[in-house]
Amino acid sequence: MTNLEKYNGAFCEALEVDESKLAGLKYQDIDAWDSVGHMSLISLLEEAFDIMMDTDDIIDLSSYEKGKEILAANYDIEF
Amino acid sequence: MSIESILECPIYELDKEEKSKILTSRLKELTVLHKNRCPQYASMLRTLGFDEDGIGSYEDIPFLPVRLFKEKELKSVPDPDIVKTMTSSGTTGQSVSKIYLDRETSSNQQKIMVKIVSHLLGANRLPMIICDCPSVIKNRSMFSARGAGILGFSMFGSRKIYALDDEMRLQTDALIDFLNEHKGERIFIFGFTFMIWQHLYKELVRLRDSQGITLDLSNAVMIHGGGWKKLTSEAVSSGEFKKRLKEVCRISDIHDYYGMVEQNGCIYMECECGNLHASIFSDIITRRFSDFKPCGYGEKGIIQVLSVIPESYPGHSLLTEDEGVILGEDDCPCGRKGKYFKILGRIQNAEIRGCSDTYAAGF
Repeated sequence: MTNLEKYNGAFCEALEVDESKLAGLKYQDIDAWDSVGHMSLISLLEEAFDIMMDTDDIIDLSSYEKGKEILAANYDIEF
Repeated sequence: MSIESILECPIYELDKEEKSKILTSRLKELTVLHKNRCPQYASMLRTLGFDEDGIGSYEDIPFLPVRLFKEKELKSVPDPDIVKTMTSSGTTGQSVSKIYLDRETSSNQQKIMVKIVSHLLGANRLPMIICDCPSVIKNRSMFSARGAGILGFSMFGSRKIYALDDEMRLQTDALIDFLNEHKGERIFIFGFTFMIWQHLYKELVRLRDSQGITLDLSNAVMIHGGGWKKLTSEAVSSGEFKKRLKEVCRISDIHDYYGMVEQNGCIYMECECGNLHASIFSDIITRRFSDFKPCGYGEKGIIQVLSVIPESYPGHSLLTEDEGVILGEDDCPCGRKGKYFKILGRIQNAEIRGCSDTYAAGF
């Protein structure tokens, strides 16, 4: 599985959203991406990439695109 | 002063004068912002004859009674900008506060919360024991201050385990496994005060006395909050709480915190000396019952809380229904600057609230 597939998979599973809706998606845009959904998303991302994110990164991850930036910049995950 | 530059400040290092400058500037700005954006707030200020040029220090800024957020829908942003509505904990039949958050305010709450809690726990996330039941965050319709508190703190956990099942029974076997897996690591325990007392402490005593089972939590740091009402009625003081927990599971690093949903993010953490501390992001003033003038150190009064965060609702200066006493400023033996204080309880005839107290009202 590519990193992008893993990344998208975590979003789709945690936020119960179709892959086609991911581009441009922001925290609080949909009901499922509330604070509960956010913590499930973080644990699925951590599991998928076997990483432990910093608390600052957890709160900075405010959109689908921002998450990729954070994972690339701070956790050496290439997309 | 912008919130971005305040976020860069060291959180317990500025002395009274420096802090007062920052708070006065920011809180004055917030007062004007809410005056311009929240018509009900503006009309209250008019009634009070408020004149922003007359504000010499943040002590002069008007305060709203916290109860007002139950009676009125106070917001300073248009409805489409509201991303989250927080509600206070309340027992059945009580009305609840409604706090309206936009992205900006919600995100600043989280950032400040992270700063205050990481100051105590360190930068690394720790294996975490949540002293509550899993359903408290699963059921989103039930989700109130209690769930939000747990969720807010669970950011600091790496692996997480709920200490209780949905019938509030201690999951002893799972906890023993968890502790074995994380032997030698620092563990973070979070829960509401009464939950810890009723479902962790009392159960640990029972297990020790009836079956000789003990848990070793000497590596753990505990953060708890949500109110002392029930424990005070059982005559359990803060000192007693710590002493007894240490006796039963060897935990010695225990911190209470004070905070409320109306000023989420700005929590007041208890230091090693047993005092609650205001960070650079917030402050408390105690006021006399007779004339609402600020109390001196050591004098009991009604607590006013101030926070640099609220932009989406006019909650930057609030009069609580709690009584407390400010013990001093900038000179706590723990080394943190800023005011340090103790909470004495609720003022008489106030409603029961607080995540711990509302739950405990069922016992």
